[in-house]
Amino acid sequence: MHQRKEWGKKPKMNSKTKSLIKIAAIVIVAAILAYATLCGFQIAGYKIIPIKESIKLGLDLRGGVSVLLEAKPKPGEKVTDEKMTGAENVIRSRIDQLGVTEPVIVRQGNTRILVELPGVEDSQRALEIIGKTASLQFVGPDNEVILTGDNVKDAKAVYGQQNEPMVSLKFDSEGAKKFAKATEKYLKQPIAIVLDEQLISAPTVQDVITNGEAVITNIQSIENAAELAALIRAGALPVDLEQRQVMTVGPTLGADSLNKSLKAGLIGVVLVFLFMLFYYRIPGLVADFSLLVYIMLVLTIFSAIGATLTLPGIAGFILSIGMAVDANVLIFERMKEELRNGKTLRAAVDAGFHRALTTIIDSNITTIIAAIVLLYFGTGPIKGFAVTLIIGIVVSMFTAITVTRVILINLVNTRLFTNKKLFGV
Amino acid sequence: MKVYKIIEKKHIWFGISLAIIALGLVFMVMRGFNWGIDFTGGNMLHFDIHQTYELSEARNVLEKLDIDFEAKKAGDTGQELIIKTVDLSKEMQDEILDALKQKWPDTKLVRAETIDAIIGKELQKQAVIALIIANIGMLIYITFRFEFNSALAAVLALLHDVLIVLSFYAIFYIPVDSTIIAVILTIVGYSINDTIVIFDRVRENLKNMRKVPFEEVANFSISQTITRSVNTSLTTLLTITALFLLGGETIKDFTLALIVGISAGTYSSIFIASPLWSMFRGKLKTAKA
Repeated sequence: MHQRKEWGKKPKMNSKTKSLIKIAAIVIVAAILAYATLCGFQIAGYKIIPIKESIKLGLDLRGGVSVLLEAKPKPGEKVTDEKMTGAENVIRSRIDQLGVTEPVIVRQGNTRILVELPGVEDSQRALEIIGKTASLQFVGPDNEVILTGDNVKDAKAVYGQQNEPMVSLKFDSEGAKKFAKATEKYLKQPIAIVLDEQLISAPTVQDVITNGEAVITNIQSIENAAELAALIRAGALPVDLEQRQVMTVGPTLGADSLNKSLKAGLIGVVLVFLFMLFYYRIPGLVADFSLLVYIMLVLTIFSAIGATLTLPGIAGFILSIGMAVDANVLIFERMKEELRNGKTLRAAVDAGFHRALTTIIDSNITTIIAAIVLLYFGTGPIKGFAVTLIIGIVVSMFTAITVTRVILINLVNTRLFTNKKLFGV
Repeated sequence: MKVYKIIEKKHIWFGISLAIIALGLVFMVMRGFNWGIDFTGGNMLHFDIHQTYELSEARNVLEKLDIDFEAKKAGDTGQELIIKTVDLSKEMQDEILDALKQKWPDTKLVRAETIDAIIGKELQKQAVIALIIANIGMLIYITFRFEFNSALAAVLALLHDVLIVLSFYAIFYIPVDSTIIAVILTIVGYSINDTIVIFDRVRENLKNMRKVPFEEVANFSISQTITRSVNTSLTTLLTITALFLLGGETIKDFTLALIVGISAGTYSSIFIASPLWSMFRGKLKTAKA
């Protein structure tokens, strides 16, 4: 202030105008954020995708098949980390053959693999393809295993001379050598081709085969041949898998659930907004604005950490909007108490924030402690719940303490609203 | 400001809660919970019949197939059918669909779940362990910020909420699926928050009202914060009730349990936690004297 006097210029920009500018700035920033989350935009190579597209939806909302598989060791073996990774890779390459968009294949704990196939409706077929062990063996007449699917370099579905479907195999060099030796040893004898312990065919060896190629015949259709070829290419599962949980949600039910819960949520949130506005007047309007910021921030964080939104997740999020009002309510109730005690608006706003702060911090830290424990000791859905809870609490504290506070203080500074009735007293 | 006499009437509040919990326990022992397939293992098949139908007719169709099942109507217009069975083969599932299609040609299978009971049981065990540790954590934090009496009162109030919700499931025979875990975790998070807000005011008032008996300080503090307690639970209930009414069949049980839990949490913060704190404090004083 002294400085300005010395400069001898016109009186400084008064604090009223300054406050209005601050409020306008916050509203503009929030509007840009809102535009970015809703519509997305592109600036100089940076592209912001609208939240509708960037946020992942769970299978219960988009339809599809979800399977939880548990690895069981093959007789005499153990389930190792390496084998699990192997199984994961085999499943992934098998699913790629299915042509599913955005499949999810993740490890859960030490022995489980969760597979989610959005858009797939025929759970049975998907399960067959995922679960097949696909262990291919060539067995001599004396039950000696000559070679296995591990030695197969390539497998293709082809038509034979009589237009019959078959799978043509190409062995790697080691396999070619083994096969050459075996065909020599078992000339004029049958060599059995066994898939998943089932005899597929047992052709008699006519010649010594040295080029490392063989065919599997006795296949019903070219589709079956293609599927078998794909399975052989992907290799055998290193562990046996048991299905623990299979869920199929039709696409219409998923879309219907999403629409209904969003519509219900919207109505609920509008009611909360109206309640705050009518009960707390001007501060209520500010709280509504903060809530909008809360909603956008939480959704942005969800999409940034790649969280998947499920139906209970949406319900939890909508519930959290109702709860996020709490910090605001605490502050406003404190403010009203101070106003009733005869404080000026400005003083009441300050005291309200100041005194509500310890309450907000203590009550939320207690909840966060619970959430952190759940995060640490839980898995799967419990962990997901804890993450959502922590994000919700931290963001709601942030918006109440900063956004609500700054706007309200500046609003009081503008002296546009001096009637205490406008503050719900 | 009107000061409510909450502490003095603690016997009424405790009585109401104990009566509900006792009734719940009777149902738990006599009939048990309506365990969902998450915990029992088995299948859930959700059909859209695409026309109005009678549940008894659907039962007739299914009984001919010689399977154990539970059936209920679903959907806004009652055109959907949800059945639960023990573990069924895929062939049997197809047979059920075919049988329903013969009667109602437009029938479609819209949702199917096959679950091994192990998963639900594991999740349940994990949730119980996590909750116990979380409660110990909260007990320590509250003791540190307030005092041990208040920590014990707060945690007991949480136990109250969990028991009320479990009683609700038992009395109304609501299917218990794995979402019950989310319900209980949400309620614990909500209720502890609610309780601490009141305790915080008690702590503040205790500093300025040194000569006033604890009961009066507690009554005064509850009365000061009651508008906030009611308003916060109101906004929370507004959102969750909208979901319950309009959110569709799949989350009806889940949202209903949340409504009960949030109400129990608000009730216990006002009527259970503070009276307990006051009781424990009183006991301590007489013991010292």
